[in-house]
Amino acid sequence: MRARSIPYLLIAPSLGFLTVLFFVPLVQTIALAFQADGIWSTANFSRMAGDLNFTDAVVNTFEIVIIVVPLQLLLALGMAMLLQHVRGGRDIVLWIWSIPLGISDLAAGLVWLAILTDKGYLNTILLGLGVLSGPQSWLSYETPVTLLAAIVVAELWRATAIVLVILVAGVQLVPKEYGEAAEVFGATPWQRFTRVTLPLLKPSIQTALVLRTVLAFEMFAIVLSIGGRNFPVLVSEAFNWQYNQQDYGVAAAYAVIVMGVSLAATLIYLWVLRTPAAQR
Amino acid sequence: MRNVLAWLGSTLLIAGLLTTAADASRAEGLVFLSTQLRPIEEAQKMRKAILKDFPREVDYVTEQPPQLPVRIKAEQQGGTHTIDVVGALHGELQPLVPLDALVPLDGLAGKLNGRGIPDPLMTLGKFGTARQLYIPWMQASYIMVANRETLPYLPGGADINALSYDQLASWASAIQEKTGKRLLGFPAGPQGLMHRFFEGFLYPSYTGGVVVPFRSEAAEAMWAYFALLWKSVNPNSTSYNFMQEPLLSGDVWIGFDHIARVLDALRQKPDEFVAFPAPSGPKGRGYMPVLAGLAVVKGAPDMNGAMALIDYLDRPETQIATARSVGFFPVVKADLPPDLDPGLRLGANAIEKMQSAKDALPALLPIGLGQRGGEFDKVFMDTFQLVVLRGQKPRAVLDRETETLKRLMTETSASCWQPDPPSPGVCQVQ
Repeated sequence: MRARSIPYLLIAPSLGFLTVLFFVPLVQTIALAFQADGIWSTANFSRMAGDLNFTDAVVNTFEIVIIVVPLQLLLALGMAMLLQHVRGGRDIVLWIWSIPLGISDLAAGLVWLAILTDKGYLNTILLGLGVLSGPQSWLSYETPVTLLAAIVVAELWRATAIVLVILVAGVQLVPKEYGEAAEVFGATPWQRFTRVTLPLLKPSIQTALVLRTVLAFEMFAIVLSIGGRNFPVLVSEAFNWQYNQQDYGVAAAYAVIVMGVSLAATLIYLWVLRTPAAQR
Repeated sequence: MRNVLAWLGSTLLIAGLLTTAADASRAEGLVFLSTQLRPIEEAQKMRKAILKDFPREVDYVTEQPPQLPVRIKAEQQGGTHTIDVVGALHGELQPLVPLDALVPLDGLAGKLNGRGIPDPLMTLGKFGTARQLYIPWMQASYIMVANRETLPYLPGGADINALSYDQLASWASAIQEKTGKRLLGFPAGPQGLMHRFFEGFLYPSYTGGVVVPFRSEAAEAMWAYFALLWKSVNPNSTSYNFMQEPLLSGDVWIGFDHIARVLDALRQKPDEFVAFPAPSGPKGRGYMPVLAGLAVVKGAPDMNGAMALIDYLDRPETQIATARSVGFFPVVKADLPPDLDPGLRLGANAIEKMQSAKDALPALLPIGLGQRGGEFDKVFMDTFQLVVLRGQKPRAVLDRETETLKRLMTETSASCWQPDPPSPGVCQVQ
């Protein structure tokens, strides 16, 4: 009897912790979002949807996620494959690649801001090379394409490492024998990658995609430091309503939207990338 | 752990000692309660430098602005009065008026007549009543700062200290023509104070009000003007929070901001910059004073001492000491000493010229919105974003934003504040 209860006792603290610090605030946020002046209503959502930045925030957020997440997956897959063939100094390469993981979002955003402002490093170099004749703005509201590109590059730089780390761990779990067997039967390297490695990596890819997509929907500090007012996203709008307008209801409505979108994305990944029971 | 406990213990002990010391001195000294100069360095400068020559002992105590009316009310209800003089911003003193907590200071105001406190500031101290309820103490404001290189492009016959918005536009476009760059700048970044420019400068100058004429034809023309002016504005303005940085780097040659947010530029390179008043529009030179005043609380233990303290704080030499040590500027006529920091002097002169201008039209910070000041600011920033950055027609945008503004005013039931005419009830958009 006692032995049977031990596992539950051991997980009880973490469950309690999550209930108090995650589940309760979650319910409170949802309640806050659906209340106005103490009455249940959708007023906060209509104010949110009626705001001039709402459409931009939705479009911008999805734009970033749709561009950044697939690129990161491709990059990380490529890097993980390259890493397999590195003999000496593999740990050092991996360590260097994961440096951005240790840097805070805000610091990363400020680094890229320093590179891309009018008098930043990029313009200085381009001026020195004679490519530009005067300072060129990259991040203003008049240059939405380069602004988007800058945020994409900064996100790629900062967060590809997390996908890479998950995939490297997954690649190491793939038994060498499968690849060698395929080689014996005359499979080309590309066939071995698409037919053997990729299917076996699917659980890792699923984990990486879920994690990355949810984090991309929550991206905030990088966008705020590079784009500021020019590039609203869902979380930055939630922040504005909370701290600048001090309207907690609308801020909560944004939070609910972000949560709903993240949840939907997770479910889609779990469904699309599921491993059939027979293959488990 | 033990260290933490020891640290906590000693902190509590020191705090206890300090409280006891404060209690002891309260018996003899005057109590001066202030919502301004709260940071410890500034409070120490107040105690050690500014109050140094006052013949009596003054207990300088600070209080968070929202706590001020709470404390005054508590003393009223408890019947125990400890505070002699209150120092606070205009908008922070306002809630004390309905509490009937302030002693009329008309006698003192008459005595200070020769000090040269500008009439518009003195009038603010009446809160729209017939009595003087506070005496102006010190001030800050928003100013324009320009690089000296821009001066040759000033339109002919223009006086930089009495510029109009039209002249500003031709000045900026002349610079743009010559240099090929847009060098006018505004603090429209996420943490910038751009909304104050609309609430305290542009709207009053063009419409003579803020809330009442929000959607008037004058406002429509004003937004059309500003959208045109924006063609000479550096597009990075939507990222600027403090104008001193782009001014120092040369990205902006003419900028508008709160004096505290350009002071670094003026202090670092006083020879490179000029500071001057904000421009004027058809209804006058709208500007937003940041004015702190001194009031005496009814039931103050030492009424004469309180009056003497206000008199002392409004002496030219005390006002100069205040400017020198904490960067707030004189409200009285005070000749700034030649050894004053030249950057500080530039700022002080600009403020002095702005509020003594013949067409000066002071516009106050919103009053009575409480926690919802941010929503008020958003109305102006949204209008700006839609009309200027997205190029929508001012009429449609103003009508749309009027709905938000009306709802906000009704829900907070705020009365009109200067420069809007006093309203019997809720301030409403016409």
